[in-house]
Amino acid sequence: MSKIENYTLNFGPQHPAAHGVLRLILEMDGEVIQRVDPHIGFLHRATEKLAESKPYNQSIGYMDRLDYVSMMCNEHAYVMAIEKLLGITAPIRAQYIRTMFDEVTRILNHLLWLGAHALDIGAMTVFLYCFREREDLLDAYEAVSGARMHATYYRPGGVYRDLPNKMPQYTESRWRDAKQTAKLNQNREGSLLDFLEDFVSRFPKCVDEYESLLTDNRIWKQRTVGIGVVSPEQALQLGFTGPMLRGSGIAWDLRKKQPYAVYANLDFQIPVGSQGDCYDRYLVRVAELRQSTWLIKQCITWLRANPGPVTISNHKIVPPQRVAMKEDMESLIHHFKLFTEGYCLPVGEVYAAIEHPKGEFGIFLISDGANKPYRLKVRAAGFAHLASMNVMAKGHMLADVVSILGSQDIVFGEVDR
Amino acid sequence: MTEIVNLQTKIQQHFANVEMAILHEQITLQITTSDLIKVCYALRDIVDLQFNQLIDLCGVDYLSYGQDEWATTSATGEGFSRAVKGHQPSATMPMPGRFAVVYNLLSTVLNHRIRLKVFLPEHSMVVPTVTNVWSAANWYEREAFDLFGIEFAGHPDLRRILTDYDFVGHPFRKDFPLIGHVEMRYDAQQGKVIYEPVSIQPRTLVPKVIRQVGIEENV
Repeated sequence: MSKIENYTLNFGPQHPAAHGVLRLILEMDGEVIQRVDPHIGFLHRATEKLAESKPYNQSIGYMDRLDYVSMMCNEHAYVMAIEKLLGITAPIRAQYIRTMFDEVTRILNHLLWLGAHALDIGAMTVFLYCFREREDLLDAYEAVSGARMHATYYRPGGVYRDLPNKMPQYTESRWRDAKQTAKLNQNREGSLLDFLEDFVSRFPKCVDEYESLLTDNRIWKQRTVGIGVVSPEQALQLGFTGPMLRGSGIAWDLRKKQPYAVYANLDFQIPVGSQGDCYDRYLVRVAELRQSTWLIKQCITWLRANPGPVTISNHKIVPPQRVAMKEDMESLIHHFKLFTEGYCLPVGEVYAAIEHPKGEFGIFLISDGANKPYRLKVRAAGFAHLASMNVMAKGHMLADVVSILGSQDIVFGEVDR
Repeated sequence: MTEIVNLQTKIQQHFANVEMAILHEQITLQITTSDLIKVCYALRDIVDLQFNQLIDLCGVDYLSYGQDEWATTSATGEGFSRAVKGHQPSATMPMPGRFAVVYNLLSTVLNHRIRLKVFLPEHSMVVPTVTNVWSAANWYEREAFDLFGIEFAGHPDLRRILTDYDFVGHPFRKDFPLIGHVEMRYDAQQGKVIYEPVSIQPRTLVPKVIRQVGIEENV
């Protein structure tokens, strides 16, 4: 009888379960994975090099496009790096707004992850449920920044503008009669904070819905329990951060350990897994959905009670009010200088990291005193996670690759940069 | 701040004559290629340091560090591009070598960070790999190799990672133009994708300027 040798299988670069443009070269023995060689870079846009040719503020928008499902968190790290080098701090209200939107972003990210991951493993309904709730949060993004995804809302020295007092509303049309419109606008009568408050009061029930579909679901457990197990030691060696590290049982969360923005003032827990398998990572992320909801609630309460400025008043860094420009020569000059040349950062280098929904997202910035970064390095969590694919998938079946890849929460915008 | 001072004294105890800089409450150690592996093992294994995670590793090209692009005499119709001199090697090299590899480390046990920096001259761009110390280094080193052409001696699988198959050059070097050297299109006659020299012109929208003043006022 002839011996059957290992063969290689090409997975991607275009595959619905590859979460973008990932090409995996799988070396198989029958249906068992012997070796995985991920080929990345299909979405490489050289964001870091592009940033070297632009004034600082013009790159904020590029940060949104790194991890394009958790936009504002990326901006946060970038803006924090600039602020550290400039030696400025944003006003407290801006910090609360940033914290609130970081958590909104975390929910956005985890909802997309949950929906897509469930869809990969074969549960269709969760996807539709998740996108239903995402819609509301994207509306919140739109209300505050004008864009549903790529917000460019955080700025060095604060945020672009204060929270709006009015939510945009649906209008009647040929396809929507008065009754339907009124129903859609029900929670949009008040301010953005009212809208978000309504959301956080509804949302825990929604999480219960997802959980009732998945947590005790036999098929879900068969596909995830005991799959892609990573020990705590291995997780640290492989550079894991975020839910991947917490799923392996290490209670490491930058929001608690190295607090930034106003996380030190807020109350929340770090959910931790015990087995380090795909199922635990799922549980950690679902628990984070609940924690984020609670964090948003606390921010809303504070923001209601404490009006105030949302940017610093130094017009060498933050552009002056447009109205002021019409009459005040100084404002006009500041405006002109900021938008033609930008501002210069002092010489130095800094690393700023935040707890991104996917893990530690860091910006390493080197300035030579110019109005553009000399070198910008983006530390994306997904890059380290995907690098561990070979270790995690070895010895598993082909179908488990999809579970493992899903549980890593990979987005190619940040892996390829 | 006290934590940084603590860490600083610990580092001084264990590494007697290492060049250390502190900026924005972050410590940077500048070490030589020959010391790298020894220092990395020490940072990972010494009980009161325990840097158990390699968070990030990246290359840096210091070719045009500290040079601005804004020096012009007469006005032309070329917009800002008239002022751009392009990147020339500076006459006085501000750094000990053209390239550097930067390691960002984190200890999840003791909750502190540190940064290592190794400078490399252009003629010998080889650093020993740290994949044996932290396996996370694998892809990061491949990335630095791909983008800067820095070699990591002893790396198990040093291939390009982000750029295209058969890519030529190291795109993140400062003397590599932003627009690249080649562009790609599908050629209907040959029935395949072909590469051609770029047809666009490089353009500077905002020239790089270096100013010392104006930041500290009214903060």
